Amino acid sequence: MNKVLEKFVESLLKMSSAVTGITVLLIIIFLFKEGLGLFKSSTVEKGYTLVVNTQNPVNRLTSVEIKEIFDSEIENWKDVGGSNDDIRIFRFDEIFTMYSDEELGDGYSLLPQKLGEIIQSDSTIIAFLPLKYVPKNMSGIKELKTDIISISDFFLGTTWLPTATPSALFGILPLIVGTLLVSFIAIIIAIPFGVGVAIYLSEIASEKVRKVMKPAIELLAGIPSVVYGFFGLVVVAPIVQKVGGLTLGETAFTGSLILAIMALPTIITISEDALRNTPKAMRDASYALGANRWQTIYKVVIPYASSGISAAIILGIGRAIGETMAVLMVTGNAAVMPHSLFESVRTIPATIAAELGEAPGGGTHYQSLFLLGCVLFLITLIISIISEKISGRKIIKE
Amino acid sequence: MKKSILTAIVIILTLSGSYAQKIKGSDTVLPLTQEEIEAYKKEKPSASISVTGGGSGVGITALLNGTTDIAQSSRKIKFDEKQKLAEAGKAVKEVIIAYDALSIVVHPSNKVSQLTREQLEKIFTGKITNWKEVGGDDMKIIPYSRETSSGTYEFFKESVLKNKNYMNGILSMPATGGIIQSISQTKGAIGYVGFAYVTDKVKALNVSYNNGKTFIEPTIANAKNKSYPIVRPLYYYYTNLSAEGKSFIDFILTPKGQNVVSKVGYITIK
Repeated sequence: MNKVLEKFVESLLKMSSAVTGITVLLIIIFLFKEGLGLFKSSTVEKGYTLVVNTQNPVNRLTSVEIKEIFDSEIENWKDVGGSNDDIRIFRFDEIFTMYSDEELGDGYSLLPQKLGEIIQSDSTIIAFLPLKYVPKNMSGIKELKTDIISISDFFLGTTWLPTATPSALFGILPLIVGTLLVSFIAIIIAIPFGVGVAIYLSEIASEKVRKVMKPAIELLAGIPSVVYGFFGLVVVAPIVQKVGGLTLGETAFTGSLILAIMALPTIITISEDALRNTPKAMRDASYALGANRWQTIYKVVIPYASSGISAAIILGIGRAIGETMAVLMVTGNAAVMPHSLFESVRTIPATIAAELGEAPGGGTHYQSLFLLGCVLFLITLIISIISEKISGRKIIKE
Repeated sequence: MKKSILTAIVIILTLSGSYAQKIKGSDTVLPLTQEEIEAYKKEKPSASISVTGGGSGVGITALLNGTTDIAQSSRKIKFDEKQKLAEAGKAVKEVIIAYDALSIVVHPSNKVSQLTREQLEKIFTGKITNWKEVGGDDMKIIPYSRETSSGTYEFFKESVLKNKNYMNGILSMPATGGIIQSISQTKGAIGYVGFAYVTDKVKALNVSYNNGKTFIEPTIANAKNKSYPIVRPLYYYYTNLSAEGKSFIDFILTPKGQNVVSKVGYITIK
């Protein structure tokens, strides 16, 4: 009877680990499947196209040129290789201010015709139209050729304007730099505090102090991140602004401070465990050789625990990189390349959290956010591999 | 408390599988619809109407899929969406239930008290970067925007920026509360929030849409008589409506329903 039960429990355990494994795999596959479609998409919004008059010598525009034309930053065709004429922008909705629904016919059957007439009549026009209503077989109009979003545009582009119409810009470099900057500064702040507290707790503090401190620190890990974010926005940001004499308080540094506090519990608990795991025999041997407490901590305990401490730090980095809500609230979320610590930055998790809600399913914006998820996944994967390698290493040979 | 009661009611209704009228869509309209339902229930305790948020786009997609009876929206239905509904053989009807107005807010210590639309456009697209260019102190302008997922972001872009893109790297906040907080502690800041959210911690600017001839103060009265320009309608969209849904919409349009509108901080239609 017992044997049957054991077998049953065993298979149950096996199954649950199989299910977990498959789930992880499915999530990864899903992430990449949704994301990689981006590199097949045109730079112009799906279902739309740009149309010009055939007299216009311009045949192709890059996504940056399209954006600047529609933002009125480029106002003359000669700037993009055309004739010396002012650009006239025509957005699809304008047709409804020119004609009533009745004039456009039943089910908008006359709409392509009317659009065509407008484009034929003006050689300087650039019209942004739904593909469905582009006039077919009509002389005097031509569709502009546009590019496919390339891998280098995505990874090396420095402009993140995912909702710009007609041509969105997906340059994620500022987001990657922002994420790494905030996380690494956070960890640089957190290491001395974290490791210091861990050494204090495991080596110096009395049992009484330890019994109060340890749960208090673990409590830090239980505070919801939105509370940290709010604390950061209302308390830390004004302090950073005042002390630094800055124009605004929502900076990368503010984010780093909050993340440092959030990474502390991870660093402290794991490195404290590593320190306490130093065998009593090693400490005794050190004392027997005449070393005092400091020498023992410095020469024996810390080297022995160093792999554990490194793992703690790397897990802390992982925690900081993936943190979303707190960072979203305190870093200001400006998607520009940061030149200093005291500028606003936008991180990858904050971008995904803030934008996924309204990104139309399957569109380029949606795909680009999934691809950002893939990038974040790869970064944390690399960190866990490093952490695995380090914690497996023994500094003192036995 | 009121919200939790409402949620409980919604859950019970869903479980009992009764034919509740479903309303779905914009988060801007959500608090209004919730209050309207409560007021309506006082008149008709047997009524069963449920409401969920998710965004204007979500609501209209749900209308297309037939998973909601009414879509609430803080923007006009897009041409594509209308076409898709027409292809599915559904003629969509529109009703405006209230108006929402946006205030342009700055730090209380800012000397500037009025701006034209053109100046606002230049500020938010990054062409004007110092307050002294618009009559203020020599101080950097720090514009705050909402996140791209918000209907307010889109409306401001359409109405004030005339469809141009915001400047690259504008500061963006995930919620209106965050904008108020940040502006109240940043001297050079400027941002936009719904009328209902303006507090003493920030200063609301007068706005001109006719190149500086007249500057209009952002008050409820000015928004109501249409002289204040940054106003948007809040819509309900539906294809075919049950008697229950119709009587609910009728209720919103009555003086009693419109009372609720002003109580929530929006502007009544009359």
